[in-house]
Amino acid sequence: MQTVAVIDYGMGNLHSVSKALERVGAGRVLVTSDAQVIREADRVVFPGVGAIRDCMAEIKRLGFDSLVREVSQDRPFLGICVGMQALMERSEENGGVDCIGLFPGQVRYFGKDLVEDGAPLKVPHMGWNLIEHSIDHPLWHDIPSDGRFYFVHSFYIDAANARQVAGRGHYGVDFAAALADGSRFAVQFHPEKSHTHGLQLLQNFAAWDGRW
Amino acid sequence: MALAKRIIPCLDVDNGRVVKGVKFENIRDAGDPVEVARLYDEQGADEITFLDITASVDGRDTTLHTVERMASQVFIPLTVGGGVRTVQDIRNLLNAGADKVSINTAAVFTPEFVGEAAARFGSQCIVVAIDAKCVSAPGETPRWEIFTHGGRKPTGLDAVMWAQKMEELGAGEILLTSMDQDGVKSGYDLGVTRAISDAIHIPVIASGGVGNLQHLADGVLQGHADAVLAASIFHFGEYTIPEAKAFMAAQGIVMR
Repeated sequence: MQTVAVIDYGMGNLHSVSKALERVGAGRVLVTSDAQVIREADRVVFPGVGAIRDCMAEIKRLGFDSLVREVSQDRPFLGICVGMQALMERSEENGGVDCIGLFPGQVRYFGKDLVEDGAPLKVPHMGWNLIEHSIDHPLWHDIPSDGRFYFVHSFYIDAANARQVAGRGHYGVDFAAALADGSRFAVQFHPEKSHTHGLQLLQNFAAWDGRW
Repeated sequence: MALAKRIIPCLDVDNGRVVKGVKFENIRDAGDPVEVARLYDEQGADEITFLDITASVDGRDTTLHTVERMASQVFIPLTVGGGVRTVQDIRNLLNAGADKVSINTAAVFTPEFVGEAAARFGSQCIVVAIDAKCVSAPGETPRWEIFTHGGRKPTGLDAVMWAQKMEELGAGEILLTSMDQDGVKSGYDLGVTRAISDAIHIPVIASGGVGNLQHLADGVLQGHADAVLAASIFHFGEYTIPEAKAFMAAQGIVMR
């Protein structure tokens, strides 16, 4: 049976993502901070919630920045929410934090004065929003373009390489809701909380050969 | 316009059982919160709120187990509130599978706790519950105050200013319950809902007083709420979630 390592660096709720992976029959799901277990896993999930400064501090302290770089190049790898943001070059949050830098681009604040058609928008961007597929990727299998997924975030991905954007979202501004590069895939929304479409995405991840 | 307004059924849970009575059809063990949550999840609810009204310590452990079971079977966001007083309470609930926690009384007595919680766990998972009651006389400029102990104890705190303060401290969302309306089924207090929703930059969930589907729509259209919470109209099978969504969508509200 294949193994899926969910990287635990002490930040936030890992129960939901591991239960959702189990639900879709992803294999043996290991929530772990053991580098060896992560290196030996067939697939790796990199979740995250909370403030980026604390997340990056823990990631660096545990040496997970280089570990993530290493394990994400030769097997299916999925970053979720702050786990996605940590893969970018830099985040504006907490006065500016350098991140892992696997994807070129910045993490920016939606701002307090976000508007759409003249009406103010609430931040965090919280709730179910549409994602338009930018590419035909194995992780979108059986998920319609413009399907709704659950988001909760105040910072968004401003991707520098448009060719890596797998799905686009819009909330006052356009942002990258999903990024893809080789065996790496990353999503701003929470698939583990996005009901049928979210579970489908996790199932697709569990079946993906990592090629794109 | 893309972001959908949310419908959130609320379960009041005491010692691991849903109280206030739940009378779904086709559901045998109506009192099991996990069963009830699963049904709402299947119906297309956008989130679940679980209010723990248990007083005892044993009951709290039961709650953690219930949250754990729920999070293993329900793949939409889960907010848990009731008796959240310490950072450890929050950690326990998040570890059990809650996505957000709702802080109520503790925020009133120690507002710094909200700041501490947001700094530690991120604003995205900190909901502050506000129980507000209208204190102005008819004809006066409307004014609402924060009440505790189920609406019995006034605090002298202005509800709108309080909501602004909670936002500043790092709350990610406000769960606003109107104590005048709760259980009365005559609709949300749209005045306080709108006053708070327009005064802050974070999402507001309207709660308290829903008796029919128009009340849900009014919460969004007139109260400017980002999400609407209700218990009894769904528990008693008066309306289903899909009916509520269709009704709201027909009034031009973006629904999932």
